[in-house]
Amino acid sequence: MDARFDYLLRLGDDALILGQQLGLWTGHGPALEEDIALTNIGLDQIGQARAWLTLAGRIEGQGRDEDRLAYFRDQAEFRNALLCERPNGHFGDTIVRQFLFDTYAVGLHEGLSRSSDPEIAAIARKSAKESAYHLRHSRAWMVRLGDGTEESHAKVQQSLDDLLPYVGDLFHSDEATQNAAVEGWGVDPAELREGWEARFNEMLDESGLTCPESVPEQTGGRVGRHTEQLSFLLAEMQVLPRTYPDAQW
Amino acid sequence: MVMRSPDDWLAILETVPDPEIPVLNVVEMGIVRGVDCTEGGLTVRITPTYMGCPAMDAIADDIRTTLGPFAREESRSLTVELVYSPAWTTDWLDDKAQAKLEAYGIAPPGKTSDKRALNGEAPDIRCPKCKSTETELVSLFGSTACKAHYTCGSCGEPFDHFKCI
Repeated sequence: MDARFDYLLRLGDDALILGQQLGLWTGHGPALEEDIALTNIGLDQIGQARAWLTLAGRIEGQGRDEDRLAYFRDQAEFRNALLCERPNGHFGDTIVRQFLFDTYAVGLHEGLSRSSDPEIAAIARKSAKESAYHLRHSRAWMVRLGDGTEESHAKVQQSLDDLLPYVGDLFHSDEATQNAAVEGWGVDPAELREGWEARFNEMLDESGLTCPESVPEQTGGRVGRHTEQLSFLLAEMQVLPRTYPDAQW
Repeated sequence: MVMRSPDDWLAILETVPDPEIPVLNVVEMGIVRGVDCTEGGLTVRITPTYMGCPAMDAIADDIRTTLGPFAREESRSLTVELVYSPAWTTDWLDDKAQAKLEAYGIAPPGKTSDKRALNGEAPDIRCPKCKSTETELVSLFGSTACKAHYTCGSCGEPFDHFKCI
């Protein structure tokens, strides 16, 4: 199988799962503006997912389109990082999850913009503009909540402590990602970690939030080992097309 | 019958309004990237403003509806193709399009060469109603994917700003 298929699934599934979760905020945002912001970001993620999965399906060459890949794969076939499937929780949890992801995505998209594969580079250049904008939003909230009231600080610090163990999965490196980097069409996520840490530490300085001294790492998303949360999410996301496979609307 | 040239097709496309911002057409918006005429075929290349822009399907449909009868006249099969490269930028909105936006009540994006936008600093956003630059960002996200939400400190008007990307 073309090595690009699995690599593109990782990119597409991150965006798809995150987009699906952000969509759940529709009508539940803490303020109208944030309701609109979170769902707009979700929309961008779904748009990116469509592009990556369409390309993945074409490269696979088995006739699977974006919908087939999104709705008719089971949990173990999903390649999203574990961070993306962490539940929405409260607004602070969602913001922290988004910030941790955005800081990764800006480096990833920037790197992939230089891909030797023109289609990957095109989608990445487009996505890079969006992820930079998302980061502006999530970062501003990290500072606002971290440097806000005692309660907002305590809550968002707790969110950070809860979610940091899932960050390592974003930088999962294996033979496939290393080959992608050597061949020039992909980026090895391990190489993105330094840039991520610089952006992360800058946020800590500004928000007054802290990073625990030792953070355990949960990995497995990139090889299909997921948490229970993903099965509930997929059940909801996939039920309609699986019940009525040829439904059109 | 004289066959239409790509420029003729573009002129017809200029009658297709953007579904969200009807004051601009899909050519002025920079969504239409080009027209290719082949033997018996006509391909219109379009690019999304934002990856998840939900108007893309409507835009493709509008293009098919508008061009369809003309394409059939020339026995051409019509294809609307989605392309991602080069990535859409607000720099494709020329001065005329930016002026139309402002007259419509949307603060135009300006140019990405204004580095303040890239550095995350707010450039001077002018209220489309009273032209004051005493404006304040309410939310980075507005009524559509391509807009942010501002309010004017001078006349109190809430308004959309076309994000500069």
